[in-house]
Amino acid sequence: MSQKMWTARARESWQKNLPIEKLIPDTQPSYVASWIYVFGVLTIAALSMIVLSGLILAFAGPAWYHTSSFGHWVNSLHFWSVQLFFAFMVIHLWGKFWMAAWRGNRFKTWVSGAVVFVLSIATAFTGYLIQTNFDSQWIAFEAKDGFNSAGIGAFFNVTNLGQMLLLHVAFLPAVLGLLTLIHVLMVRKRGVVPPIDADSSNTEAAK
Amino acid sequence: MSGWISNFMNHPATYLKAGWIQISVSNLIVILLMLSIFVLAILLPFPNKHSDEDAK
Repeated sequence: MSQKMWTARARESWQKNLPIEKLIPDTQPSYVASWIYVFGVLTIAALSMIVLSGLILAFAGPAWYHTSSFGHWVNSLHFWSVQLFFAFMVIHLWGKFWMAAWRGNRFKTWVSGAVVFVLSIATAFTGYLIQTNFDSQWIAFEAKDGFNSAGIGAFFNVTNLGQMLLLHVAFLPAVLGLLTLIHVLMVRKRGVVPPIDADSSNTEAAK
Repeated sequence: MSGWISNFMNHPATYLKAGWIQISVSNLIVILLMLSIFVLAILLPFPNKHSDEDAK
């Protein structure tokens, strides 16, 4: 028997694990009709606004968003989207924690969400460091002692504006976006976790 | 900024302290708001709840 190409193996694995019906479903179990299940997609909506406003800020630059009224508005939009992103994500986390969302072979989904949460904190932190104002200067000089005492100050230099800027606008968003995508695909593969006392006839079996 | 917002924002935060616990009033308000939203999200009925009977 001839060995299949890696492309064929990858395609068959994808079709087996995540067929198109699961990837783009048109129905959900009835227990999903609850406000507590809305906070995951609200988090993604806030993340989309962060990326969109962040792109505008990146292209226009600090000389624009520190001086023009529209620049201030987009800067504020970016900031408040982050506040909503964290609020929605934490409420999503509370909801998933209390329904033990790692049940039904969903442990990796839970862990990927936890990793995204920690990475989001790092991304927000680098955002505070690149405001190019006295606030960011104060935060950087307070934080450097912490990073130096942890022994990672040479690799993660919070007073290096160029390093923090590139981490914030390139590396961290790329990793965060990829992990968010993987997290959502895992939810699609296993299905939305049912409530603990859900009727088993109304739940999709997680494979 | 003008009015009460500028008065609120242009001063150091007010902190509440009880033993080893210390929290700013702003952070406390945000946490209480999030807890309220969490409880409401569980208790409030979801509008236009779709059922199989509706589809028939």
